[in-house]
Amino acid sequence: MNKIIEKTYFSDKVVQLVVENPMIAKSRKPGNFVILRIGEDGERFPLTISDADPVRGTITLVVQIMGVSSSKLVALEVGDSITDLVGPLGKPTHIENIGTVLAAGGGVGVAPLLPIVEAFKKAGNRVVTVIAARNKDLIILEDEIRKWSDEVIVMTDDGSHGRQGLVTVGMEEIIQREKVDECIVIGPAIMMKFASLLTKKYSIPTQASLNSIMVDGTGMCGACRVTVGGKTRFTCVDGPEFDAHQVDFDEMLMRLGGYKAEELRATEIYSQKL
Amino acid sequence: MSLNPEYLKEERNQMWRAELRSKTKNKERMLIQRVKMPELAPAVRVKHQDREVNMGLELNQALTEAARCMDCVNPTCIEGCPVSINIPKFIKYIEQGEILLAAATLKETNALPAVCGRVCPQEKQCESRCFYVEKTDKPAVAIGHLERFAADFERNSGSSNIPDTAKPNGIKVAAVGSGPASLSFAGDMVKYGYDVTVFEALHEIGGVLKYGIPEFRLPNSVVDFELENLRKMGVKFETNYIVGRTSSFDDLREEGYQGFFIASGAGLPRFMEIPGENYNGILSSNEYLTRVNLMGAAMDDKDTPVLKGKNVAVIGGGNTAMDSVRTALRLGAQRAMIIYRRSEAEMPARVEEVKHAKEEGVEFMTLCNPLEYFADEKGRVSGMRLNRMGLGEPDSSGRRRPMPIEGSEFELDVDLVVVAVGVSPNPLVPSCLPDLKVTKWGTIVVDEEKMQSSISEMFAGGDIVRGGATVILAMGDGRRAAENMDHYLKNKSNQ
Ligand SMILES: Cc1cc2nc3c(=O)[nH]c(=O)nc-3n(C[C@H](O)[C@H](O)[C@H](O)COP(=O)(O)OP(=O)(O)OC[C@H]3O[C@@H](n4cnc5c(N)ncnc54)[C@H](O)[C@@H]3O)c2cc1C
Ligand SMILES: Cc1cc2nc3c(=O)[nH]c(=O)nc-3n(C[C@H](O)[C@H](O)[C@H](O)COP(=O)(O)OP(=O)(O)OC[C@H]3O[C@@H](n4cnc5c(N)ncnc54)[C@H](O)[C@@H]3O)c2cc1C
Ligand code: SF4
Ligand code: SF4
Ligand code: FES
Repeated sequence: MNKIIEKTYFSDKVVQLVVENPMIAKSRKPGNFVILRIGEDGERFPLTISDADPVRGTITLVVQIMGVSSSKLVALEVGDSITDLVGPLGKPTHIENIGTVLAAGGGVGVAPLLPIVEAFKKAGNRVVTVIAARNKDLIILEDEIRKWSDEVIVMTDDGSHGRQGLVTVGMEEIIQREKVDECIVIGPAIMMKFASLLTKKYSIPTQASLNSIMVDGTGMCGACRVTVGGKTRFTCVDGPEFDAHQVDFDEMLMRLGGYKAEELRATEIYSQKL
Repeated sequence: MSLNPEYLKEERNQMWRAELRSKTKNKERMLIQRVKMPELAPAVRVKHQDREVNMGLELNQALTEAARCMDCVNPTCIEGCPVSINIPKFIKYIEQGEILLAAATLKETNALPAVCGRVCPQEKQCESRCFYVEKTDKPAVAIGHLERFAADFERNSGSSNIPDTAKPNGIKVAAVGSGPASLSFAGDMVKYGYDVTVFEALHEIGGVLKYGIPEFRLPNSVVDFELENLRKMGVKFETNYIVGRTSSFDDLREEGYQGFFIASGAGLPRFMEIPGENYNGILSSNEYLTRVNLMGAAMDDKDTPVLKGKNVAVIGGGNTAMDSVRTALRLGAQRAMIIYRRSEAEMPARVEEVKHAKEEGVEFMTLCNPLEYFADEKGRVSGMRLNRMGLGEPDSSGRRRPMPIEGSEFELDVDLVVVAVGVSPNPLVPSCLPDLKVTKWGTIVVDEEKMQSSISEMFAGGDIVRGGATVILAMGDGRRAAENMDHYLKNKSNQ
C-alpha cells in the first residue's frame, strides 16, 4: 500500500507522484484531497488528488516543495512507500452543466484544478482555463489542461512563457469577451483573493479551493477554520471549496502564517541534516 | 448490566471470602485510613510532559487499602460502576494477596482496567456508592487505585492471561472508530468467535485515549499493552481508514461484513463564536492535545509544531480543559489559567485533576467568561476581555445558570488560548447513512438496552450516542452492543 509507482519532476520544485492506493483511487471524486505522513516523526499534511486510475488502483499527487514535509515526500523514490495516507477527504466539487466555466489556476494549484476542468468539460460545459505562475519553469500540466479546455491562456509574471501579467489579467479578458456562468479558482491564497475580487466585480459565482493549515483533516481539531459569510467553517469537512465571495481571505492569509516561525526553524534544521 | 444477585451471593459465600471476613473485625477495618496515592512532586512533574503524576500503590499500601473494604452483603459500589465490576471480589483477592486473580476478576467485565483505574471519575461512579460514603463520614474505599494496582501488577508480572476465545465462526463484523467503545466491543466479539476488524481514521489506534488524554495521566504504553492483547486474541486493526469515505458501508457489506458497531466519538470541537476567536494562537483543546499527544509536537525530533505561550488561558472546566492547562504548564507557560463561567463546584472535571492542577500552580479564574480577543499586528492573540459571572437559578442541567455581572468587565494579557468548551458528535458516519436515525444534536438514536440503531445490523455506542461521556460508559456500550449483535446475528443465521 501507498507505494510510489512513478515520479516526474515538472520543475526542481514541483513533482508529480503516482501512488498505489486502490481504495482511494476507487472512491475519490474531483475536489477531494488526502492527508499524508512521512516517517514516524512526520506531520500530517494535505495534498489534493489531481488524478486517479481506479483500474490500476493509483492516485496522482502534485507537490510543490515548501518546507520539511513536502521535502520529505519528494525525497522518496519510486518503490518507496508513504507511511500514512488517508482519504478521500473534503467535499467533492459540485459539477453540472451550467454553460461556460472559467477555471483559473495559480502555481501548483493547476494540479488540483485539472480533474475539475476535466469533469466540467465531460459534463458538457464550455471551459476556458487560465493558468499562471511566476515563470515558465513553474507552469505545470499545460498539455493536460489543454486536453480538457476549449481555450487556454497562459500567464507568467515575467513573461517567460505565454503572456506577461497576473492571472487576473487573463481572467478579465475572458469575462469582458463572453458570458461566464461560473468561475473556479485554485492557487495561493493571495491569488485567490484577487481573483475573487475580480469576479465579484462582475457578479460571477465563484468557487475557491482553500489550502488552510490542517492536522487531522477529519473535522476533529479546527486548525483549518476559515470565516465564510461571517461564520466559522472547517475547510477539511465543510470545504475545501467555498463561495469565494464570502471567504475572508485576509483572515485566511493571517492564519496561514500562524506557524511561520516554527516552520522556518524546522526547515533550517532539516536542511542542515541533509 | 447489573450483576445477577444470586451470582454475587454465591461468590461472597465462598469459603475463602468468609474466612477473610472473619479474620479482621469490621470495626478495625473502619479504623484504617484511606491510602494516599504516591505522586511525583509538583515541581518535578511540571517539567515533564511524559511522566505520570500518579505513581501507583505499593504492594503493602494496596493490601492495607483492600482490608478497608467490608465485603458488604449488599455491595452498592457495583451499582455505581457502569460495567458492574465485581468490586468486593477483586478487592478481597488483593487482600488475600492473589493479585493475578484480582486482575482476572476485573477482566470478567472490563477490557481495560489499567485505563479505567486511571481515568474513571470514581468519585461520581463506584466510589460515590461505597458503604463508607453512603453510611459513614469516612472516605470511600479507593476502588480506582486498587483497580489500577491489580491491572499494573498483572502487566508487569509478564504473566498476562489472554482470555479464551470461542472457535472462529467466520462471520465478519466491523467496528468504526478505535476508542474505548470499539475496543471493548471488539474484545467481546472476538471472544464469541467473530472475525472482528476495527477501522480507524487516524494513524494510531485508541481514539481519545491516544490523541486526547496526555501521557502524564495515561501513558500510551498502558494503552498499547491492552491493544497488543486484543491483537493476540485475533482482533484486526486498520488505520488510515475512514468508513464512509475510504470505502462505503455498501463496499464493506460486499466484502462480507454482516454487523457494524459505530463508535466514531464526539470529535467536533465547539467554539464560542466571539469576536477575534480565529486569531492565531487560539485553538481548540482537540488541536492542542492532538498536536502534543498524537503528533509528539513537544519533542524536538517531531515535525509537527505547537505554539508555546507564556500567558495561557484555557476556557472550560472539564477534563479536557484540565489536560490542556496542565500541558501548557509542562510546555513552559509562566502563567496557566483556567477560565470557567461557573464555580468550582460545578466543574465537570475529575476531582483529582483539579487537585493536581492546583498543586502544579494553575490559576483558577472561576465565574469568568470571555467576551472578545485582541491580537498584535501579525494576528497573534495578545489579550482578551472578560466579564465576571454570578450564579442564578438552576438551568436544565440542574446546575445554577451563570449570569454576567454588569460593569465587571476586565482585560487580561494572553498569548495562547485553548478553547475547551465541549465537542459535538462526529457527523461523518450519519451523513453517509440517510436511513440512520439521529437526534437534533446529531447523536445516533439507539435502543438503550440493545444499542441497536434504526438500521438493524448497525449498533452504536460511546460518545456518538451519548454526545460526550466517559471512557467506562463507552466501554459499557461496547459490551452491550457485542452481546446483542451476537444474538441478532445468530438469530438471523438460524432463520
Ligand atoms: C486541501 C488542501 C489541498 C492542498 N493541495 C496541495 C497540492 O495538491 N499540492 C501542493 O503542493 N500543496 C497542496 N496544499 C498545500 C500543502 O499542504 C502545504 O504546502 C504543505 O503542507 C506544506 O508543508 P511543508 O512542511 O512542506 O511546509 P511548511 O514548512 O509547513 O510551510 C512552508 C511554507 O508554506 C506555507 N504553508 C504551510 N502550510 C500551507 C498550506 N496548507 N497552504 C499554503 N501554504 C502553506 C507556510 O506559510 C510556509 O511559508 C494543499 C493544502 C490543502 C489544505
Ligand atoms: C482530553 C480528554 C480527556 C478526557 N478525560 C477523561 C477522563 O479522565 N475520564 C473519562 O472517563 N473520560 C474522559 N474523557 C472522555 C472519554 O475519553 C470519551 O468519553 C471516550 O473516549 C469516548 O469513547 P468512544 O469510543 O465513543 O470514542 P473516541 O475515543 O472519541 O474514539 C472515536 C474514534 O473514532 C474515529 N473515527 C471517527 N469517525 C470514523 C470513521 N468514519 N471511520 C473510522 N474511524 C472513525 C476517530 O478518529 C476516533 O479515534 C476525556 C476526553 C477528552 C477529549
Ligand atoms: S471501571 Fe471505573 S467505575 Fe467501574 S469500578 Fe473501575 S474505576 Fe470504578
Ligand atoms: S461498598 Fe465499599 S466497602 Fe462495601 S463492598 Fe463495595 S467497596 Fe467494599
Ligand atoms: S484539519 Fe482538523 S478540523 Fe480540519
